[in-house]
Amino acid sequence: MKFEELSLLEIVDLLHSQKLSSVELTQYFIDRINDRKELNAVLEIYDDAIEQAKHADERIKNGFRGKLAGVPILIKDNILFKGKKASCASKFLENYVAQYNSTVVDKMLAEGAVILGRTNMDEFAMGSSTENSAYGNTLNAIDPMRVPGGSSGGSACAVRAGLCPVALGTDTGGSIRQPASYNGVVGIKPTYGRVSRYGVVAYASSIEQVGLFTKTVKDNAYMLSILSGGSQNDETSLKVEVPDYLAQIKGNIKGIKVGVLKEVSDAVKGLDVEKTYFDLIEFLKENGAEIVYTNMPHFALTLPCYYIIAPAEASSNLGRFDGIKYSRRSVTASNVDEIYVKSRSEGFGKEVKRRIMLGNFVLSSGYFDAYYNKAKKLQQKLKKEAEEVFKSCDVIILPTTTGEAFEIGSKTQDPIAMYKEDLFTILANILGVPALSVPCGKGSHGLPFGMQVLADCLKEGQVYNVADYIQRQYGR
Amino acid sequence: MQDYDIVIGLEVHAELKTKSKVFCSCKNQFGSLPNTNCCPVCVGLPGALPILNKKAVELVIKAGLTIDSEINNLAVFERKNYFYPDLAKAYQISQLVRPICIGGHIDLKSRRVRINRIHLEEDAGKLVHSSQAIGTLIDYNRGGVPLMELVTEPDITSADEAVEFLTNLRQRYIFADVAECKMEQGGMRCDVNISVKPKGSNVLGERTEMKNLNSFKSVHRAITYEANRQIEILKNGGKITQETRKWDDNHGKSISMRKKETSQDYRYFPDPDLLAVEISHDEVETIRKTLPMMPEQLKERYIKEYGLSEYEANIITKDKAIVDYYNKAISLYKNPKIVANWLLTDILSKIKDEQDSQIKISPEDLARILTLLEQSKISRTVAKDIFAKVWQDSANVDQLAKSLGGFVDDDSLQNIVKNIVENNQKAVSDYHTSETPEKVFRWFVGQVMKETKGKANAQTAEKIIKELLK
Repeated sequence: MKFEELSLLEIVDLLHSQKLSSVELTQYFIDRINDRKELNAVLEIYDDAIEQAKHADERIKNGFRGKLAGVPILIKDNILFKGKKASCASKFLENYVAQYNSTVVDKMLAEGAVILGRTNMDEFAMGSSTENSAYGNTLNAIDPMRVPGGSSGGSACAVRAGLCPVALGTDTGGSIRQPASYNGVVGIKPTYGRVSRYGVVAYASSIEQVGLFTKTVKDNAYMLSILSGGSQNDETSLKVEVPDYLAQIKGNIKGIKVGVLKEVSDAVKGLDVEKTYFDLIEFLKENGAEIVYTNMPHFALTLPCYYIIAPAEASSNLGRFDGIKYSRRSVTASNVDEIYVKSRSEGFGKEVKRRIMLGNFVLSSGYFDAYYNKAKKLQQKLKKEAEEVFKSCDVIILPTTTGEAFEIGSKTQDPIAMYKEDLFTILANILGVPALSVPCGKGSHGLPFGMQVLADCLKEGQVYNVADYIQRQYGR
Repeated sequence: MQDYDIVIGLEVHAELKTKSKVFCSCKNQFGSLPNTNCCPVCVGLPGALPILNKKAVELVIKAGLTIDSEINNLAVFERKNYFYPDLAKAYQISQLVRPICIGGHIDLKSRRVRINRIHLEEDAGKLVHSSQAIGTLIDYNRGGVPLMELVTEPDITSADEAVEFLTNLRQRYIFADVAECKMEQGGMRCDVNISVKPKGSNVLGERTEMKNLNSFKSVHRAITYEANRQIEILKNGGKITQETRKWDDNHGKSISMRKKETSQDYRYFPDPDLLAVEISHDEVETIRKTLPMMPEQLKERYIKEYGLSEYEANIITKDKAIVDYYNKAISLYKNPKIVANWLLTDILSKIKDEQDSQIKISPEDLARILTLLEQSKISRTVAKDIFAKVWQDSANVDQLAKSLGGFVDDDSLQNIVKNIVENNQKAVSDYHTSETPEKVFRWFVGQVMKETKGKANAQTAEKIIKELLK
């Protein structure tokens, strides 16, 4: 049986009914990962993966029916699993071993999951192509000449290449949705605070979220219900009830108000995604949705807003990697100042350094008001505009990317071009709202890209309902 | 010195008296083995997030209320970014724009000192300089201990005033039970900002800052030294440079540490991991109700309501432990004047003699002794004996009262007096005929005391003697 072709829900069924053992399944995916080493999607298969699977089989035999009982799952390299390395794809944390479990790992373990290994990413989640990994770039699962997107490129590639049924990622400015788009899989960034960030190495704390990749929207909904929920270890996690998202998928979109932003419709003109975007809106209309033409005047400023807030927080969050305690210390340092300067100079990659410097600049005295404070004010303004939009819309449709995956190396010399990759994804992070990328069309080279469904905070159910409809009905 | 005004502002750090740290549940405890009160949060492991200890906010509000601060209805935590090995995250969670307390004042004998703010922050760990082979080690036990920083306006004009201010502030913190202020453990530390200007001038001089002074004595010495140093420079036509100086207590001088040009840019910004803290009016009022009386208020009460002398009231209110003791004792034995008497003459003198601040007799025992005495069940001499014995071996008051010949109860005393009168008929007639019957009466009292080895209550004895001699 080709397990990589099964959905997560089908796999759970097989495991629960004991038609398939977790050991068999886990070994199958380990073999696949090893067969597809050239993708460089997985940095490490944990050496106790089979042990975990045996344990899961044991529990299933004894009647345990956890929602993920025996399911092998890959996690992004910035999510902590106690006793396992977590390097954030940085040389700096090459041998860093997690001292405790992240909340998401705890939640998955409680449901019986097998945590299979960790996936490649842009160093410290900074990048849009997984070319900023200290352990080599990951390939696009469909076209090896192209990038998988980033920063969660390893996870997206792994799901598309059938190396696991589900993989976790993090999304600070599009780091789940953009690679989902480029690999033709489903990726969600939930509402800010929906999933606890405890135990996830921070990049830009106020806007990032843990999310996940699956092949189907339904799998995604099933999985998010497991990962969600407030944590007493995370003040910013939302202490509100977690719905059964799968049950919120109704199978139709009749009467749903779909927002179309004027600024986005203008921005897509001439892009690879233009036709698909307008076709999709037409399709939704024909299938009973009500199209609401609306606007968000400051939409174009989301990009600069993000590239001030995120580096500012990053410059502070990454201060703890100083060569003193757990990150790699420069061997040539002979005093404290040298430990700092040399360890950080040697340990961090170029893009990380660029963002730390940007962040220090926008926070420095004399520039704070002109940059950081202005960006925060702009964020408030955008939230106000969104509030208006969501008064008349249930969801908003946006492209995820401007087109299909670009070629490896084509943007590495031009950071601004790389930053522009986030044009359509940043809005959801700045607003803190849920956004999902669902495969929707193909670009001029026949490669996939996705469209995004956004909704107001905590309306993931609405997002899943519309996205599921698109995935099952559009283009068929 | 007379030609110059000295302008001083203080920044006073005090560790809060909470059970756990300010952003995690580790113990807030001094003296544990290194790195034993630590967790992912307070050693700044990747992915760890702070959770605010609400008790710490409560204590800062309480501290603010003792100096008439306004309490902000919205307090925000910010990150103060700098690199130092004792700072696990390379930033300290502190407050800049919206501290918990704003304004306030403390009145000294000579002037009012205005308070700018009190904010809440986390303490850093501690570097332990070990042998050369091992090098410097870090103990993160103190990292994350809640610290409140009070900042004054530059209203202090001398070393004496600075010490008076600190003494007053320390007393308030201790009375309000918000901080223990154990100086020798670094529980209270002080930064001094100081400048001098020609007498009467409105223009402030350049200031220097001396950090981390950990005793009132070094504050006094440091201010005196630094003021003189600055004045000398000005007198010689020199200029003061704005800088941070280190006070070297061993050599009694300050040394330049860091010039203004190289001063740190802390790049403060709101900590995205923590929610802003809303503080309601009701909450503040609830805390206000728990605020115990401050020394000044207590003094007034002791004098006006309890009839203590100013001297007595002053001595008792100097120390919270004494106040607590006194209040407990007078709740059990309701004659505040007598309790004060014993407290001052017996207890405090013992403490002074022993040079040990511990009161080795419980308020319950003291009250019991005073009650027995009042009920004439023991004599004053026996009372003092019991007191001494309890102090020494914390013995049982009632058992002592019995074993020390106990107290002579009224019936026994009646019999004793009766016997003495019957056996001394000559004296009885002397009493009735003598021109100085008082002398004879005293003789009888003496006999009773002799017979009872001084354990009889003198007043009762006198009453009975008078009765029987009629």
